Amino acid sequence: MPTIKSLDPRVTRLHIPDNFDVPPIIKEELDQYQTYEVFCREKTGAHHHHVGSVHAPTPELALSFAKEQYGRRGKVLGMWVTRTSDIIVLDDSDLDMFETIPEKGYREVVDYARVRDRIEAFKKNQTAVQE
Amino acid sequence: MEIKNLLFRMADDALIIGHRNSEWTGLGPILEEDIAFSSIAQDKIGHSLALYTMLQEFGESTPEHIAYSRNAAEYRCCKLVEYPIGGYDFSLMRHFFFDTAELLRYQLLRESSYEPLTKLAKKITGEIKYHVFHANTWVVQLGGLGTEESHTIMQSAVNQVYPLALGIFEPSKFENELSEKGIFAGEAALEKLWHESIAIPLEKAGLVLPTFSDKTIEYGGRYGYHTEHLQPLLDEMTEVYRLDPAAEW
Repeated sequence: MPTIKSLDPRVTRLHIPDNFDVPPIIKEELDQYQTYEVFCREKTGAHHHHVGSVHAPTPELALSFAKEQYGRRGKVLGMWVTRTSDIIVLDDSDLDMFETIPEKGYREVVDYARVRDRIEAFKKNQTAVQE
Repeated sequence: MEIKNLLFRMADDALIIGHRNSEWTGLGPILEEDIAFSSIAQDKIGHSLALYTMLQEFGESTPEHIAYSRNAAEYRCCKLVEYPIGGYDFSLMRHFFFDTAELLRYQLLRESSYEPLTKLAKKITGEIKYHVFHANTWVVQLGGLGTEESHTIMQSAVNQVYPLALGIFEPSKFENELSEKGIFAGEAALEKLWHESIAIPLEKAGLVLPTFSDKTIEYGGRYGYHTEHLQPLLDEMTEVYRLDPAAEW
């Protein structure tokens, strides 16, 4: 059977049949691969933050893959991986727990942001008085 | 000259294995492994560049010219690195044997009296440490923690690659000079360390080294005698370069 001749010699060497009527080989689904979540930090003492995930058969290989996938661009001074399944996740249906009534502004950070404006205004006023 | 010979041996090994491993790019078994293995291949090309650059001090031409303008007989790489990629078992086992030797070689060179090599060794041992970590993880996983099938495949890869790997340590004509001048402890010393080092992951993987006669060790590469696989590799690798060797990239 004639095989594919590609400009990429590696593809030519695979001897892929040059006939697309042939059904592709069906492979068994892999069940041993898990996903792992990857966390990095760029500075010592900084918090590790989530950078993405990798598929791997073992934690060691997850670390090995994560190193190249997420650590080869910038500086990395710490890396963690953990099984995605080991992370305890709040159910989407419980996200309403974060909702709050609008009248409780005194509990929200946004209200305190206005304090800064008041301090600024006060300082300005003080300077004006001194002058 | 002894340093030149050592640099050529190391640089050619790095260039050829880097090229070979890059043949897996886009064809690797899974995406993550493809990225890791390709990245390791790129590191090797970087190491060869650093070593070819050092050779300029000894009157050699530009790194591109040395890398791409020689015939197979002028290369000083060991035969191990020339073999086609084969199956992933072969490539992984070659990576394991080669990189362990490479890491130990650079660790010895951290004490070298030839300063450019000392500096390079300090700069790149971290990279090669990762290469060895990657190789060990796979060898232990597939050899010891996988299935009976994966163990059998890995053991047959050990049997096939080990005699080739011993060719890494083919003694050069300059072994005495290199050690007397404190440049490099020599291939025999390196081979001893290598055997001690590979024994640990091999044991974890339940893999054993084959016994065979000395005659089957694949020597010759360090003196320009190569397998029939090197010239076709060079032809393919230099195809674009040869279109216009003076081109600026």
